[in-house]
Amino acid sequence: MSFNRRDFLKLTGLGAVSAVAARAAAAFPFFGGAPGAVKAETNAKTAKRWAMVVDLTKCKENCTDCIDACHTTHNVPDFGDDKRHEVKWIWKEPYKQSFPDQENEFLKDDLSERRVLVFCNHCQNPPCTRVCPTRATWKRPEDGIVMMDWHRCIGCRYCMAACPYGSRSFNWLDPRPHIKTITPDYPTRTRGVVEKCNFCDSRLAQGQMPACVEACKDRALIFGDLEAPDSPVRQILRERFSIRRKPELGTQPQVYYVV
Amino acid sequence: MHDGGKIMGGLAVFFALLLFPVWNNLAQGKADYRPNPQILPKGNCVESREYMLSSHMDLLNTWRDQVVRQDKRIYVSTLDGKEHLMSLSKTCLGCHTNKAEFCDQCHTYMNVAPYCWDCHVDPQANK
Repeated sequence: MSFNRRDFLKLTGLGAVSAVAARAAAAFPFFGGAPGAVKAETNAKTAKRWAMVVDLTKCKENCTDCIDACHTTHNVPDFGDDKRHEVKWIWKEPYKQSFPDQENEFLKDDLSERRVLVFCNHCQNPPCTRVCPTRATWKRPEDGIVMMDWHRCIGCRYCMAACPYGSRSFNWLDPRPHIKTITPDYPTRTRGVVEKCNFCDSRLAQGQMPACVEACKDRALIFGDLEAPDSPVRQILRERFSIRRKPELGTQPQVYYVV
Repeated sequence: MHDGGKIMGGLAVFFALLLFPVWNNLAQGKADYRPNPQILPKGNCVESREYMLSSHMDLLNTWRDQVVRQDKRIYVSTLDGKEHLMSLSKTCLGCHTNKAEFCDQCHTYMNVAPYCWDCHVDPQANK
């Protein structure tokens, strides 16, 4: 067996590289993480599949209590009449635009002329999460909430193109100067990030109902677990006729409208 | 070699200008500046002082991912088994109330600019 100059150089080179790599790995523990254990909050509200029922027979058209509560809780900016920069979590849309698949030419006046409360449908088959290249948005397997990780959003807006309901908004500008009163407990967003309704996941984790549901004096918003037969949402869906937005697309919205 | 004096003189001026920040700081007595973060509370942090000094960014990354992506919001300290809410603006700033005199001290000195505060709100600055 011969050990020539070439082998010697290879071995010393390899040795030097691995020594440097070991030092570098020790100096920069990128995958360090925290030493302690983590767990969920004990008083959190949980469900197998969260869903909302909007009772349009109770929802007052000119009332904005739920919208105001949501926007205050989540630091949603207000750009006034500037539709190019509008950020929407929960808003009102004319009936015919909310339900373009309802093809009846003539309808009850109070329906066809009214505006309907709309927000993220937290679809069972969400097209937005499928297209996200960074997994900044995903459907929580535990309770079906379509979540967003604003830390990870790169602002490509694929999800906005994929959402058939226009439920997602992009921050074209720094939102902070356009927030009337900042709620310090909740983060604002930054320029270049997409945002939407998240069914108040952080309020649910603290055992509270969503801000819009709590704010509605007319009890027109009913929130609960679709998988629990006795839940308030299942009860009202058993008793009343309901429709959903664009069901023909197969997205399976988890927001039902009692008309 | 008739221009030796000019070359040396020119070099001296060049290096004097190049090293201006160094000798200026030395002359003003700022060369031994150390950041002095104000650690207000007397008790324990969520982990040991040494760990927090070297690895608070790793801890915060874990907190962020666990809260946002796993819906786990309680952290159990290895120090004393105490449970803490994993929240930057509530738990961290709840004790270290002055961001400018705590976070910013070292971050400015080290010239790191974490973008936490682009979104998370410093309750003090808001008042």
